[in-house]
Amino acid sequence: MFRNVLDRLRALALAAVLIVFALPALAGPFEDAVGKFATDDFSDTEDAVGEIAGSGNPLAFPIISALQDERLMFDADSKKVYIKQRDGKAIDAATGASVDGIPDSASVVRLNNRLRRSVEAALGGLTLLSPDAATRITAAQSVFKSHEEAALPTVESALAKETNRTAKQALSEARAAIVLFKPDASDNDKLEAIATIRARGDQEAMALLTSVGTDQPPLVARAAAAAISSIQSNLALWSMVQNAWYGLSLGSVLLLAAIGLAITFGVMGVINMAHGEMVMLGAYTTFVVQEVIRTRYPGLFDYSLLIAVPLAFLFAGAVGVLIERSIIRFLYGRPLETLLATWGLSLVLQQAVRTVFGPTNREVGNPSWMSGAFELGQITITYNRLWILCFTLAVFAILLLMLRFTALGLQMRAVTQNRRMAASMGIATSRVDALTFGLGSGIAGIAGVALSQIDNVSPNLGQSYIIDSFMVVVFGGVGNLWGTLVGAFSLGIANKFLEPVAGAVLGKIAILVLIILFIQKRPRGLFALKGRAVEA
Amino acid sequence: MMEHLLTRSLDRAATTFILVVAGCGILIPLSNLLLPAGSMFQVPTYLVALWGKYVCYAILALSIDLIWGYCGILSLGHGAFFALGGYAMGMYLMRQIGSRGVYGNPILPDFMVFLNYPKLPWYWHGFDMFWFAALMVLLVPGLLAFCFGWLAFRSRVTGVYLSIITQAMTYALLLAFFRNDFGFGGNNGLTDFKDILGFNVQAEGTRAALFALSCLTLIVAFVVCRAVVTSKLGKVLIAIRDAESRTRFIGYRVESYKLFVFTLSACMAGVAGALYVPQVGIINPSEFAPGNSIEAVIWVAVGGRGTLVGAALGAIVVNYAKTFFTSGLLAPYWLFMLGALFILVTLLLPRGIVGTYNDWMQSFRAQRATAAAEASAAREDGISEPKMAE
Repeated sequence: MFRNVLDRLRALALAAVLIVFALPALAGPFEDAVGKFATDDFSDTEDAVGEIAGSGNPLAFPIISALQDERLMFDADSKKVYIKQRDGKAIDAATGASVDGIPDSASVVRLNNRLRRSVEAALGGLTLLSPDAATRITAAQSVFKSHEEAALPTVESALAKETNRTAKQALSEARAAIVLFKPDASDNDKLEAIATIRARGDQEAMALLTSVGTDQPPLVARAAAAAISSIQSNLALWSMVQNAWYGLSLGSVLLLAAIGLAITFGVMGVINMAHGEMVMLGAYTTFVVQEVIRTRYPGLFDYSLLIAVPLAFLFAGAVGVLIERSIIRFLYGRPLETLLATWGLSLVLQQAVRTVFGPTNREVGNPSWMSGAFELGQITITYNRLWILCFTLAVFAILLLMLRFTALGLQMRAVTQNRRMAASMGIATSRVDALTFGLGSGIAGIAGVALSQIDNVSPNLGQSYIIDSFMVVVFGGVGNLWGTLVGAFSLGIANKFLEPVAGAVLGKIAILVLIILFIQKRPRGLFALKGRAVEA
Repeated sequence: MMEHLLTRSLDRAATTFILVVAGCGILIPLSNLLLPAGSMFQVPTYLVALWGKYVCYAILALSIDLIWGYCGILSLGHGAFFALGGYAMGMYLMRQIGSRGVYGNPILPDFMVFLNYPKLPWYWHGFDMFWFAALMVLLVPGLLAFCFGWLAFRSRVTGVYLSIITQAMTYALLLAFFRNDFGFGGNNGLTDFKDILGFNVQAEGTRAALFALSCLTLIVAFVVCRAVVTSKLGKVLIAIRDAESRTRFIGYRVESYKLFVFTLSACMAGVAGALYVPQVGIINPSEFAPGNSIEAVIWVAVGGRGTLVGAALGAIVVNYAKTFFTSGLLAPYWLFMLGALFILVTLLLPRGIVGTYNDWMQSFRAQRATAAAEASAAREDGISEPKMAE
């Protein structure tokens, strides 16, 4: 009961506000313009749209969007125009006052295709004046595409008071697009417009210039053609840059996945088919860390990855040491058996994760500093890809320094080069083996943290990387971290440059075939270890 | 003496194997066809098809054992040859459907009509003739293996490197066959078969005949493998397995031997695939999955590499276990079991079931021989003692 009264009061208040708002416009040109809808004539309707869009009246947007949705009704007898609102209620279009009902004699204001275009342009024009800069930019983009002449006054008035730099540029481009297509614009204006559009230099600018047509004055047509070819070569250059960036990004992912393998397979000669599952364990560690943070310490979410990295390293590393101690150490010198046993292990690990976490993808969120993107010229660079590239290079550098300058690194290299001699010098070779394997697995775990940001975290995560990682290690040359680096980036870039030519799947097949052929030529990879140890 | 004993015992195992397979190949189809349904000894048709599948796997396992057990080439891409043979047979079966397909096109298979192929792709021509398809079953896997092996063995890609690039090969084929515009039905593959040589593939008689044919092929493949491994060629292969460089330095052209046995093995795998497809009723790109090929390797490892009989036995045992466990309550645990099987077999049973059995028998015989020798020595002593006493 009480609620009902409240509702009614609220409706009254709303009506009052609307009336107050509409009052100054009561007898003005706005009302006349609205009245033109009632004549049921297309050209009158078009005039009305233009006038209302330029009026700056707060009712302009509801009227024109109602017109677009065929909710604008007129009564030919009383010359009244109504807006049928989405909730079924009606208001008077000229005053904004709510009315009890639309008379039965009222009918919908009709549109034809030409009108529909100017309605769209007018709506775009209305949002051009929105207080939100992002909305203005989007509106300017849509005007740029439609280059509807009706929007020109709005664009110009918006341009005059625009302060935001990006929005200003978008608006001036929109204005240039309109001027270019305006039949009565002077050649000089058109040339200026072409220069503005040329400076924009993207796919849309080219499409716009291409659609100008040949019926232009020769000077303008020539300038347009020159602009098109300049944009074309510019775009080709940018697409090269983009492919290179995608390639670097893919290469960093490959490197991250393969770098642990380069240690276990490259340095120790142990072929670990469960390597991908170590990556997966790292990704699931991230998931668990984020779950704990979400439920207990929501404020720490942005640090979740920083927390997950050491945990994933320790967890995957511990699993790696366990595997080495319980399975792999019994299989040294029997690489084919190691391959089979670790494949079996990968099945067990996958199924274990599937049992614990379920077979579906788990949600791993991006922290705020990893989401979003920025524009660099004509390409978009996402922060997560950029961070992963930096992270990969950091991991690589740390690993390299570790192998070079720490006692464990020295012992690892000694055991790799000559196990018996190292043992004679007092190095506990079996301990070094376990630690090396743990290190390789731990790095795979770290890779999992990074990959959880760009890939689905599912029990099959590791499997999709294992063949690629082996290809990287084999291509780069076993026993050489630099080979892995070069291998990963060249495979990544080659893949991305082949993709636009051959398609994603064929590109991948071509890469595999190329690697198979490459191995024929250099069976030990790009950077092969020289010496007799290789033949063993 | 010892060598003679060994070959004779292996020969006995081989004969037993052939007799058992032949027995199954005759008795199972007969019991399926002649005995009334529901009788205790009648083998239901679904079991005939299932066991026929196992027999095809056994042929695949034999082909892997031939190269891995006797020549040390671990191929992780043998599933590719199997699947290629299967596709060749599948293409024949597709062409036999004729105008009975859903779209009723007399030339184009259904998926081509669906994908708007204007005409039959060139590589589909000829597959309406059985002899051509049968030739392709051997030729396509054989040729791929020949080219691949020629490139790989000539540049001395061995060991795990070879394993990894064979895996990459089957992976590349997997990706290719998944594509719709590759002309092999995309991820649906080839299915909905009607006739083989004019007989309905669904009919009980055809299934029984296919089973018998699979058993016969298993026997033939086994005899071929036996012939290869017991010949002088087989001795060279074993030498390559155990000391490749040494064999090369002695003067054998290691590449040629490897290439021959690899190609032969691929052809066998192709035949296995060709027999598999009509019994299963479908061939799709998932047969190329690297996991399948590795699983086939573990059958050989379970049965015992380098024993041939063991490979076939391993294929049947592991697949029976797979059917048994994946159909019941234990289904979620099957992958644990399969994984554990990989680990335990390589760690604890490196010679496999048959290999370990052979070892036992050998040491048992050796013990008996020494015991007998000691006994006879003791008897001689006993006889000679009085002489000594004299």
